[in-house]
Amino acid sequence: MSTQLLAEPVARPMHPVPCRVRSVVRELEDTFTLELEPPGEEWGFAPGQFTMLYAFGVGEVPISISGDPSDSGRVVQTIRAVGPVTDALTAVSPGDVVGVRGPFGSTWPTKSVEGGDLLIITGGIGLAPLRPAILEVLSRRERYDNVTLLYGARSPGELLFADQLQEWRGRFDLDVLITVDHGDQAWRGPVGVVTSMIGRASFDQETASAFVCGPEIMMRFTIQDLERKGITDDRLYVSMERNMKCGIGLCGHCQLGHYFVCKDGPILSCAELSDMLWIREV
Amino acid sequence: MSEVFEMLIEHPFLAGMTDDQIRVVAETGTPVSYHEGQTIFSEGGSADSCYLILSGGVALELQTPGHGPQVILTLHDGDLLGWSWLHPPYRWSYDAHVHSDTEAVRFDGPRLAAAAEADPLLGYELMKRFNRTLVNRLQSIRIQVLDVYSTPR
Repeated sequence: MSTQLLAEPVARPMHPVPCRVRSVVRELEDTFTLELEPPGEEWGFAPGQFTMLYAFGVGEVPISISGDPSDSGRVVQTIRAVGPVTDALTAVSPGDVVGVRGPFGSTWPTKSVEGGDLLIITGGIGLAPLRPAILEVLSRRERYDNVTLLYGARSPGELLFADQLQEWRGRFDLDVLITVDHGDQAWRGPVGVVTSMIGRASFDQETASAFVCGPEIMMRFTIQDLERKGITDDRLYVSMERNMKCGIGLCGHCQLGHYFVCKDGPILSCAELSDMLWIREV
Repeated sequence: MSEVFEMLIEHPFLAGMTDDQIRVVAETGTPVSYHEGQTIFSEGGSADSCYLILSGGVALELQTPGHGPQVILTLHDGDLLGWSWLHPPYRWSYDAHVHSDTEAVRFDGPRLAAAAEADPLLGYELMKRFNRTLVNRLQSIRIQVLDVYSTPR
């Protein structure tokens, strides 16, 4: 199995298309979801892909697409304010214009993992790049066996897409386990890191695949736990984060070993990554 | 076969042990049930037992002045609860507070220790499992301490 790539490359990939902001939703204290007008009638993306978002006059950053891949009428991106560009992007208002390049990159292999169990393991804002994959899997739920979402957050007040998580928990065909690193007086759910819930998930190690997205430390521990549970590295997929700039594998800023994360990734299987996750400064 | 043996034969903590070893372990155990809100043990209390959780949820809590109980970790089906019985001063380090109705097997610490002393192979198998649990909890706490989901400014 390998990650999926879009058949058609983006036309004029270095050209930011001005897109008007339709709405801004504050998800968490520092995290916002923008809905943009699509860059053209041909707009479409696959789960796991990202765009380069341009705050005019400030700079450009890679942002994962967090919307529904079946909805070509909008571009939905969830952004955490961590620096000057993301500060500018999260300060926009409806009617403002930002630049969009893309979509770029490889995708969660939702089709090639059909027929088996699927574990989706994520932490913090890592839920945003996985939401399109979850929505796509749920749209053709009958093609998978057990599907389990394990989500870890810092605290109960920092659960991303809380309303949607609540909705997903109400489904009979999706197991949703949520944990927080630090509970509060009102929290009645699990407390502990997301890896501590892997043992509670129902999956067949022979058929199960896993999609993992979160801080790299969290992903490394998760991968080790999943391998201990018998899931082989060709069925473990992660979303890598590096310093993406051009988006088309030319500039080399996002080089990871012999991969360019913007073009060959961000979704890579652990078989493709081999031991690169454990080599410092690769 | 004893009721406790039947309860333990599929428990993940004991996976890989022989039926005979599980039978010896089962002889030191008693089935127990707790309702949501009950306290199984309290910080500072005498620790003379451990538990394998069959179903339900238990929170390990620390009481902090002015802030009430702080949940450190929750334990669930398949988890081990309690290792303070293994080492001096044999006092619980946390409160164990039942979050949801819980079924478990409670083991008599001194009897389990005696069984491990009498059969070093059994003792080694048990200690490997206690050690694995300890390492997993230590790794989890390290990740929590790193606060990996905080905003990287």
